[in-house]
Amino acid sequence: MTYAAARNLARPTPQPAAQPAPGAPGGLPRLLPGRGAAPADLRSHLERHGRPPYRGQSARLIPVLQESGLTGRGGAAFPVHRKLTAVIEAGPRPIVIGNGAEGEPASDKDKALLRIAPHLVLDGLQLAAEAVGARSVGLYLHRGSGRPEQLRAVLAERAAAGIDRRPVEIIDAPARFLAGEESALASRADGGPARPRFKEPRVFERGVAGRPTLVQNVETLAHLALIARYGARWFRSLGTAGEPGTMLCTVHQTDGTRQVVEAALGTPLRDLLALDDRASAAGGSGGSSPWASTAQAVLVGGYHGAWLPAGQAARMTLSNAALRPAGGFVGAGVLVALPADRCGIAETARVTRFLALESAGQCGPCFNGLPRIATALDELAGPRPDPQVRADIQRWAGLVQGRGACHHPDGTVRFVRSALQVFAAEIERHARGRCTAPGAPPFLPLPPGAPATDADWS
Amino acid sequence: MSKRLRVDPTACTGHGLCAELLPELVTLDEWGYPILADRPVPRGLGQEARRAVTDCPALALRLARSS
Amino acid sequence: MNGITGSTALWYASRATGVVSLLMLTAVVLLGVLVNRQGRLPGLPRFVVTGLHRSVSLLSVAFVAVHVGTAIADPYVSIRLAAAVIPFTSAYETFWLGLGAVSLDLIAALIVTSLARAHISRRVWRGVHWLAYAAWPVALAHSVGSSTDMQRGVLLWLAVGCTLAVAGAVTWRAARAAREVPRVKRAAVTLAQAARRPREAGLR
Repeated sequence: MTYAAARNLARPTPQPAAQPAPGAPGGLPRLLPGRGAAPADLRSHLERHGRPPYRGQSARLIPVLQESGLTGRGGAAFPVHRKLTAVIEAGPRPIVIGNGAEGEPASDKDKALLRIAPHLVLDGLQLAAEAVGARSVGLYLHRGSGRPEQLRAVLAERAAAGIDRRPVEIIDAPARFLAGEESALASRADGGPARPRFKEPRVFERGVAGRPTLVQNVETLAHLALIARYGARWFRSLGTAGEPGTMLCTVHQTDGTRQVVEAALGTPLRDLLALDDRASAAGGSGGSSPWASTAQAVLVGGYHGAWLPAGQAARMTLSNAALRPAGGFVGAGVLVALPADRCGIAETARVTRFLALESAGQCGPCFNGLPRIATALDELAGPRPDPQVRADIQRWAGLVQGRGACHHPDGTVRFVRSALQVFAAEIERHARGRCTAPGAPPFLPLPPGAPATDADWS
Repeated sequence: MSKRLRVDPTACTGHGLCAELLPELVTLDEWGYPILADRPVPRGLGQEARRAVTDCPALALRLARSS
Repeated sequence: MNGITGSTALWYASRATGVVSLLMLTAVVLLGVLVNRQGRLPGLPRFVVTGLHRSVSLLSVAFVAVHVGTAIADPYVSIRLAAAVIPFTSAYETFWLGLGAVSLDLIAALIVTSLARAHISRRVWRGVHWLAYAAWPVALAHSVGSSTDMQRGVLLWLAVGCTLAVAGAVTWRAARAAREVPRVKRAAVTLAQAARRPREAGLR
């Protein structure tokens, strides 16, 4: 699917005709620039959007954000206006940090956004800082990715043009799955390792240096920057009433291609993923059709998300209202269509092993439970597993849930439980010594190497 | 005002004193880590709960107001 | 009872309680190592180890207090109260008594922070508690150096015994800690240990 085709996936919900603010993007895309995927430089950014519309006083932006219904795009979907208010009420000298450390291996959206539209993110960061009255501002990025250097150059450009009101410090993060977790971010910003901390007190109350800290995903900040310019009604002109706006999704098709697309909330999943083989049936003139393999299941929400059977996913929309009752959630917009010629259990086992190794090793239930669950899944992925294995997994899942300092065990359990349900037929096959795809190459993406030393976390 | 037991899982190293002192509210999982009952501390156990908090060698147990 | 006999009684009391204090502080250190390594006294619940560690340390405070108090009260040598807490300000045996004052200050810090441990941050409590490994050797040096009591006979053997016990406990703790799996490797180690039976040959 080309980027141009993806742009047209928006299905705006019928809204009363509203006059968009001048210069406002009429439809999709909003965050990603309209002229293809080239990075937007400062000049074209200013031409398209103008300078950041500072309010001149803290808290002024919050009612607009409330009306817009903007929720966090980092996965938790927490209402942004409530977070800002909570930080203001938590005490003096707040800190704002933009979270660009995308640890989810299947997600590319934050990387794409920082590469293509960094100015929107940085505008949002400045506006959020003004809204809570923060003088200390940071941007949290994985080191070794080139992004710290790239963003430093962008920040220097903005400083020269006098756009930013507060200087932004780049905080570098290790390339760990949990590094982008809110309290791990705070721990790293405090000069320590990027390990999650106990949630009392919460980061918004006492985060970095004991000060109230607002942590916001970079995509959320980009949306914020646009809402500040074009208003709440503009933002709500796409999406659903309950979940307004658009979001970036990382879409993995069955042919192995992965792409970042921007879609309105409420978009049917079948418009984002090729879930049936209509295309391959219709096509067929020479060469293999890109949709040669139909999907058997869809992973929504990333590696802390949930599997859905393809048939069920085809009837769902990109919204928590649709996905939550089915055990899924939108999360950070990861959508993976698993081809029919793969073993869902083997894929789940591989990823669970990765998740277990990414445990920070701090909480007993997590570093004891997740590796055992991973090993048990490995056994389920093999021939004639012990019948006790499934019961073991359920017992351990119950033991780890809610007993870590962060949601790593909870998310992993959600992922594993959904796999046991959706791939039940595959498990039956394995019990009889058969498999859909013995020895198939891995499909779900994973980064190389497991953490080995403390330096890997600092 | 009712209180709840909370454990900081990053500090807990599985000493298991809390389960010995407060078996009504704390049991240990198969790896020696505490499972706290999901209810407020009954009035009669207040002193035991405070003792468990003070005696935890890792200072991982705390009493928090339940909201 | 004339003055000299009264003074002798106080002086003996100070020396005796000094020896007992050293024994008790040695026991506190040993129990502390046992708590840290999650050890147990055979047949007894875990909270007994922690409880003994606390009780013996509070009891040793009492003995140290008597030891210091009788030394000050004894008119035969002039030791001011200030010299007991401010190190190296005593005219009598400046150095060895000074060590006693150092150890007293350290013990006071340990006791105060531990009594208030539910109300101070874990980091502060732990940081101060590490000073125990300074307080004990200083107390030992003070014991052996400030009077000839522990330099010969049974008391010398007692001092040697306490030293060996603490040295052994510390070595044991350090060795165990060095063998502990570092946080970063815990999940990986558990993964390796959890591997059950080997994968059988191929799937059809």
